[in-house]
Amino acid sequence: MTDAALVAPVGKLRRPDLSEARIRRRYAAERRFRLYGMLAIGFAVFMLGFLAVTVVLQGYSAFWQTRIALDVTIDPSEVDPQNTRLPESLAQGNYQAVVRESLRGLFPEITSRADRKALNDFLSNAAGDDVRRMVLENPALVGQTVHVEVLASDDVDMLAKGRIDRTVAEADRPIKDQQVGWFDKLDQDGHIASSFNVNFFATGDSREPEQAGVGGALMGSLLTILTAIILSLPISVAAAIYLEEFAPKNRITDIIEININNLAAVPSIVFGLLGLAVLLGFFGLPRGAPLVGGMVLSLMTLPTIIIATRAALKAVPPSIREAAYGVGASKQQVVMHHVLPLAMPGVMTGAIIGTARAMGESAAVLMIGMVAFIVDIPKGITDPATVLPVQIFLWADAPERAFVERTSAGIMVMLAFLVLMNAAAVVIRRRFERRW
Amino acid sequence: MALAAQTASKPMDIAAMAGRPGLDLDGVGNTLRPGETPKMTSRNVNVFYGQKQALFNVDLDVPSRQVTALIGPSGCGKSTYLRCLNRMNDVIDSCRVTGDIKLDGENIYDPKLDVVMLRARIGMVFQKPNPFPKSIYDNIAYGPRIHGMGAGKDELDEIVQTSLERAGLWNEVKDRLAQPGTGLSGGQQQRLCIARAIAVSPEVILMDEPCSALDPIATARIEELIDELRENYTIIIVTHSMQQAARVSQKTAFFHLGVLVEWGDTEQIFTAPRDERTQGYITGRFG
Repeated sequence: MTDAALVAPVGKLRRPDLSEARIRRRYAAERRFRLYGMLAIGFAVFMLGFLAVTVVLQGYSAFWQTRIALDVTIDPSEVDPQNTRLPESLAQGNYQAVVRESLRGLFPEITSRADRKALNDFLSNAAGDDVRRMVLENPALVGQTVHVEVLASDDVDMLAKGRIDRTVAEADRPIKDQQVGWFDKLDQDGHIASSFNVNFFATGDSREPEQAGVGGALMGSLLTILTAIILSLPISVAAAIYLEEFAPKNRITDIIEININNLAAVPSIVFGLLGLAVLLGFFGLPRGAPLVGGMVLSLMTLPTIIIATRAALKAVPPSIREAAYGVGASKQQVVMHHVLPLAMPGVMTGAIIGTARAMGESAAVLMIGMVAFIVDIPKGITDPATVLPVQIFLWADAPERAFVERTSAGIMVMLAFLVLMNAAAVVIRRRFERRW
Repeated sequence: MALAAQTASKPMDIAAMAGRPGLDLDGVGNTLRPGETPKMTSRNVNVFYGQKQALFNVDLDVPSRQVTALIGPSGCGKSTYLRCLNRMNDVIDSCRVTGDIKLDGENIYDPKLDVVMLRARIGMVFQKPNPFPKSIYDNIAYGPRIHGMGAGKDELDEIVQTSLERAGLWNEVKDRLAQPGTGLSGGQQQRLCIARAIAVSPEVILMDEPCSALDPIATARIEELIDELRENYTIIIVTHSMQQAARVSQKTAFFHLGVLVEWGDTEQIFTAPRDERTQGYITGRFG
């Protein structure tokens, strides 16, 4: 063996290519790459912005409600025929007739039966309710004339908001030329008012768009989500801790792990079917109740939270575990005192993602009957209820023009609810966040 | 050329010898001097990670209230051996330990023995300073709390203070005990970890390269501290620095490829090693 053998054979010495063209190509490639990224983000932002703008433009008007300002004479013969002035009797009164009478008073020229009916269509069939409420609060108003802004019908509401195109042929319009004339007269005389739509947040669903609100669905969603979190968070965190920290690594835990990962990919309707068959069919739980919805959604969020929690536990640096073991902490103490608190931000992230997914879920809750038409606001987790995404779906399906803006408004409420919930979770997460 | 060939052949011989675990590689002089009491004794310790054997028949006596240094090239098994002494290897699923390790004559791998109590008796300081992400006070007080030491706040305060004093950190942190331990400098963090280990009053302190992440000044402080702690504790330290081993330890054990090549008085190991591999390592020819 000679020294010469150790030296590489002398040949053409290869040097890096430093030519300007090559450098230019490299710069161009980098610029191109950055441009692709910016294009992708730009596209995403554009689509998101487009969606948001469309929803807001279509839906913002639902937060205002058109009302007709009238001087209503509360005729005792209509509202209290027995003349008792007792609340039970006053509550039964025909206030709708009183309001109609007052509106008709503004149009003395209308006499034919058909025209009177067309004029009555200006009023929502809940128009009398506002007067009823006033009278029940103050029975002394009976026989007097009061100034009330009563609920207008959805067609008048749409006309006032400019959602009905007056140039369209009369036959294709829900509101006829004659009615448009009456409306313009009312408007000129200052009888058309608009106020913030409190009802939209306070009431449940209705067949009449002007009376329909998201209150019931909002409450239903809240109860359902709360049930889902209360059930799934402790179960999934416990499962994740056991699997990650205590369970032996063998075939059985492998199978469990694979199945949990698979569970995260199961279509939600399957969970709905499970709820229908087991919770409703076998255990006989009430149909359409937030309790059942929450149970089904908790099954759906379980794998998400388990996977996130396990990842968070895994990410806790081993040095912290060693330190705790080193001072003689038991396994349970190591996990509860050190590992879990450090993993808490990750656990919260998993919970947020899981809950947000459950919040927007409709297929699973459809199956267990949360799609029914429910007017009442649920008072507990066993009352029948619906949830926001289902409510939005139901409105999107409705034929009335006025439901279009309500659909968009419902989407806005749901998004706001989601943002609010996520913000709360982020605040909670910040509290747990610690550096190591 | 001739010299290069000789050194090149050396590791091959060692590899060949280490490949036969049954072979008795111990020198004859591997015993304690008369008058020295063994605190921990190991006999025939073998460690396996899955199929791979990491330690071969280690026999070592650790004398009471002295510093024993474990030296050797990377991957030689010295840290693995150290982690056997407080059963830290139990945490690793694939790890299996055979043989006898005794603390004051009591087998620490006895299934009836409580690992938690063992770790309270044998404290540990790690390579990278690893304070808990809690306040300085809570870092020290954590161990005493979980072991039910110190009934009230006063007693706990006292434990925290004496531990920090012994670790030479009290004067630097006494005004900011509520601040996070992670906010200290690297050297201070390591002394905090030593104070944390002392707080549960262990008999033995294991140190796994405690100075490798520190600058020379912080290292000097820790070495000073180790020298002081020797009065009350038995210390076993893994180190890559032979100067450090020579400075702080009374006994030195040299590991190579999973085999305890030789051990004895530090002076003897560094001035008159019996084994050629020890000589080769301490003179810097391989490792």
